[in-house]
Amino acid sequence: MQRRTFLKGSLAGSTVAVAVSAGLLSPRSVLAAWPKGAFEAKSMQDALSGLYGNASTTPSGDISIKAPDIAENGAVVPVSVSSKLGGISEIAIMAEKNGQPLAANFKLSANAQGFVSTRIKMGKTSDVIAVVKTNSGTFSARKNVKVTIGGCGG
Amino acid sequence: MASSIRIRAKASGAETTVKALITHPMETGQRKDKKTGNKIPAHYIEEVKCDHNGKTVVTAQWGPAVSKNPYLSFKFTGAKAGDTLTLSWVDNTGKTDTETTKVG
Repeated sequence: MQRRTFLKGSLAGSTVAVAVSAGLLSPRSVLAAWPKGAFEAKSMQDALSGLYGNASTTPSGDISIKAPDIAENGAVVPVSVSSKLGGISEIAIMAEKNGQPLAANFKLSANAQGFVSTRIKMGKTSDVIAVVKTNSGTFSARKNVKVTIGGCGG
Repeated sequence: MASSIRIRAKASGAETTVKALITHPMETGQRKDKKTGNKIPAHYIEEVKCDHNGKTVVTAQWGPAVSKNPYLSFKFTGAKAGDTLTLSWVDNTGKTDTETTKVG
């Protein structure tokens, strides 16, 4: 009897652990809350760990960032990210030297393509970083954008 | 009041491209009013959700670093002409707006 209880308990425990590691039960998706900490983070590492729970990314050539080489107006910098990587679940766009680097994060469902486009503000010349989260890891790519007039002071 | 959202979805083959423009000030909370010197309070969209026939396709989480009157575009598969697409946003003051369109 005791052995049976023990087996049941351990089985249930491991199922939960598997679900957590697969990202199915991460606190963020359960609450579906806006990741305040990630957006308020002052560094890219903090923003990434706040967003994905892990700050390490692998540079990938399969992510392309379309952004101007020189942005005359930092208040409106068009950025498109496309990727051919499989199993994409999220795409984040960051401007490395912004006070709060994380600009946007897109959660994509299974039938969404690896493409998002938006416009962001950039305080000064900096790298724009695209972080793509897939089921096989987190990948990133960067592109330098020169900003002649900053967009954060107004 | 007219809707703050302009959205267009175009199906081409298996792929549908969605483009949306939202009218919103997207204040960062760091800008100062030039006349009074007071800070303009932060006012920005936190979340944009796009549903295709009731099923969420993309959820965008935005910070104040997204430009004023934000533009958003993405692509997805599995839609056909005539399907409904709903886009809604919520900002940090709790305001919200929704707009529905048909895939063309």
